[in-house]
Amino acid sequence: MKKILGKIYIALVLMFLYIPIFVMIVFSFNTTKSRTVMSGFTFDWYIKLFNNELIMSSLRNTIIIAVIASVLATVLGTFAAVGISRMKKIPRMIITNITTIPMINPDIITGVSLMLLFVFFAARMNFEFGFVTLVIAHITFDVPYVIMNVLPKLNQMDPNLHEAALDLGCSPMMAFRKVVLPEIMPGVLSGFLMSVTFSLDDFVVSYFTSGATSQTLPITIYSMTRRKVSPEINALSTIIFIVVVIVLVVKNIITTRNLKLTSEGERND
Amino acid sequence: MKGISSKAAAAPYLIWMAVFIVVPLIMVAYFAFTDESGAFTLDNLANVAQYSNIFIRSIWLAAISTVICLVIAYPLSYMLSGMKAHTQSTMLMIVMLPMWMNFLLRTYAWMAILGNNGLLNTLLGFFGLGPYKLLNTQGAVVLGMVYNYIPFMILPIYSVMVKIDKSVIEAARDLGCNSVNVLFRVILPLSFPGVASGITMVFVPAISTFIISRMLGGGGNLLVGDLIEMQFLGNSYNPNLGAAISFVLMVILLLIMTIMNQFGEDDTENDRVLM
Repeated sequence: MKKILGKIYIALVLMFLYIPIFVMIVFSFNTTKSRTVMSGFTFDWYIKLFNNELIMSSLRNTIIIAVIASVLATVLGTFAAVGISRMKKIPRMIITNITTIPMINPDIITGVSLMLLFVFFAARMNFEFGFVTLVIAHITFDVPYVIMNVLPKLNQMDPNLHEAALDLGCSPMMAFRKVVLPEIMPGVLSGFLMSVTFSLDDFVVSYFTSGATSQTLPITIYSMTRRKVSPEINALSTIIFIVVVIVLVVKNIITTRNLKLTSEGERND
Repeated sequence: MKGISSKAAAAPYLIWMAVFIVVPLIMVAYFAFTDESGAFTLDNLANVAQYSNIFIRSIWLAAISTVICLVIAYPLSYMLSGMKAHTQSTMLMIVMLPMWMNFLLRTYAWMAILGNNGLLNTLLGFFGLGPYKLLNTQGAVVLGMVYNYIPFMILPIYSVMVKIDKSVIEAARDLGCNSVNVLFRVILPLSFPGVASGITMVFVPAISTFIISRMLGGGGNLLVGDLIEMQFLGNSYNPNLGAAISFVLMVILLLIMTIMNQFGEDDTENDRVLM
């Protein structure tokens, strides 16, 4: 009895989570613009979507910005984590606390504060809001995630390894590349992947730091939702949903396989 | 020598942090306490007071949403943590999957469901009910907040629940606890750090949103986020007032987080990393 109730409960929560997505998928194939009555099946909205230059160009922008910002954030953050882990307790605490500010602060405040900074410089240095301000903003909210992913890996590492490499004649850079980097690689990678995810998905910070020239996909989506009904959004949601499902399933398969491999490895030891 | 060169690796980031995290926040404070000409003033902060009803509404709606998230997420996380390891990871993925869709799209979907000619009212119409005004209400705003932010409640509670040693629960039972006692005296206290970070992770985005209130609340249910957005990008351009509102919001959140941190160590970072 208890088990059945539990299953009903989980089913209800899942229904709540999936009904809106299901509705969008169904109506993305609707022949009319109605969001209540299915009048027939069509792929028209998908064709319209791919022919929509604004959506396609903002998709390109989003991907370019996410990749550039994540790569730079990963490099900046990894070196930062190495430096921070070697610091004394008090400066380390101060810096990690400041680093978590963009993670804890509401997005709107991160966005507004960067906007104030950019307005200040734009007036004095004669540049415009757009690609550069977006990349800077994205790096700023990505770096903390890289640092927070890499720091624990550095703390788990045996500090003697690095010193041994230096004693055996490695230059600091070589010791980093040959000894430290392989050890912290899982943290670097997950920091990078989180950066990409947050960059692709961000609306609020981008909204305040983008100019009229550089739009990202979420900003375009926002302006579409402000206008009258545009069924292309449903088509876009369906495509994004399918991409997300594929990515997550693949990720899940890889992690379970890795888990199996490590547990088998342990058994063999 | 070695020590110095390793620490220098952080130097580029420290400059970045100073310029793009610390200075912008100082600028918020600077704008909040100055007028257009740059002279010191408390007028902006005084003007915030006239929006106190919007602040109260934001806190109230965010608080209701947080409580609803907690009530839904707690039993769910508990059930998830009791499943077999393989089912657990699959279920967790299914629960988290909607979160990976852009929240604008998810909120837009609710507009279609809740509208006057929307799906829900059409459905109710078949039973001779309605149409009810569902969209552009405070209820719709709460629904949007719960829908968008409930994963942030499930994840930290779940990750604390799975770490609870099952033998502790067994021990409590062996020592004569019934199910209710096990829940209130063992599981609940042990899961408190997860609950505390879940509350902050839902409350912070909920109180500062301007999309959910705009899309689901219509024009009549402005929240603090809308107010800030209007001062910077809207019709009533006034960055000084906007900065003052942001400043007050940060102070309120800081107070709430300090209170929440009293209840359990701050797990926020770990939970974020888990995502």
